[in-house]
Amino acid sequence: MACFLVPMGEAIVTTVMQKVVENREKKVGGKGTDNARLKWSHKLSWLNKLLWGGTVLLALEHVWHGEVVPWPPFLTAMENPADVAPMLHEIATFGVAMAITVTVVWAIIVIVAELKAKAMPEAKVKPISGGE
Amino acid sequence: MWLIMTALAAVVTTVIWYVKAPEGKYKLGLLSLIFWGATLMWFVDHVMAYLTEGGEFFEINPDATLLGLSVIIFGLLVWLIVLLVSDPKGVLKRFLKR
Repeated sequence: MACFLVPMGEAIVTTVMQKVVENREKKVGGKGTDNARLKWSHKLSWLNKLLWGGTVLLALEHVWHGEVVPWPPFLTAMENPADVAPMLHEIATFGVAMAITVTVVWAIIVIVAELKAKAMPEAKVKPISGGE
Repeated sequence: MWLIMTALAAVVTTVIWYVKAPEGKYKLGLLSLIFWGATLMWFVDHVMAYLTEGGEFFEINPDATLLGLSVIIFGLLVWLIVLLVSDPKGVLKRFLKR
């Protein structure tokens, strides 16, 4: 009904986080950073792309099924008071599960990428173009 | 059906991204992450719906296939807009300067 709202909320938060981290990294510059480690802003950009990509395509699916409309209150479940509770239940179960799964998969990708970057000789470490 | 089609799109774009790597000029990583994000979310949705409501895991009918196609086109459209806005080859810049 509106399960994509949870990943969308997370995407908004992580996008703001990425901007803040990016600014901090710019201020710090190369000082104190380990060349073998990937930048956090870069890692967060992967999560943002996963979350926003999923949210946008799921939103299309909801429009397709008539669950989201372009006029207020935007969610058709909101038009009928009897549908509000099942919608909130779906958001709390399906939506949260989606957000957790995407975040866990991203965390695994980050751990693997970190391990790979550490295993590489320093001269070979180059910025990864993935997700760009 | 749209889960299968999006997963297929994610696999294909990841393979193309890997073949072209480390060059990230055309933002193929973004395209594959868009499809992977949607694939993961729909996978969770399908599993949870199957466990709680039962029924068929995959919805295979013309409507679901058309939705799958629409989703892929929409994903490609989002990627294309990002690509044209960032204009990595400077094609639009040169075109507008004329």
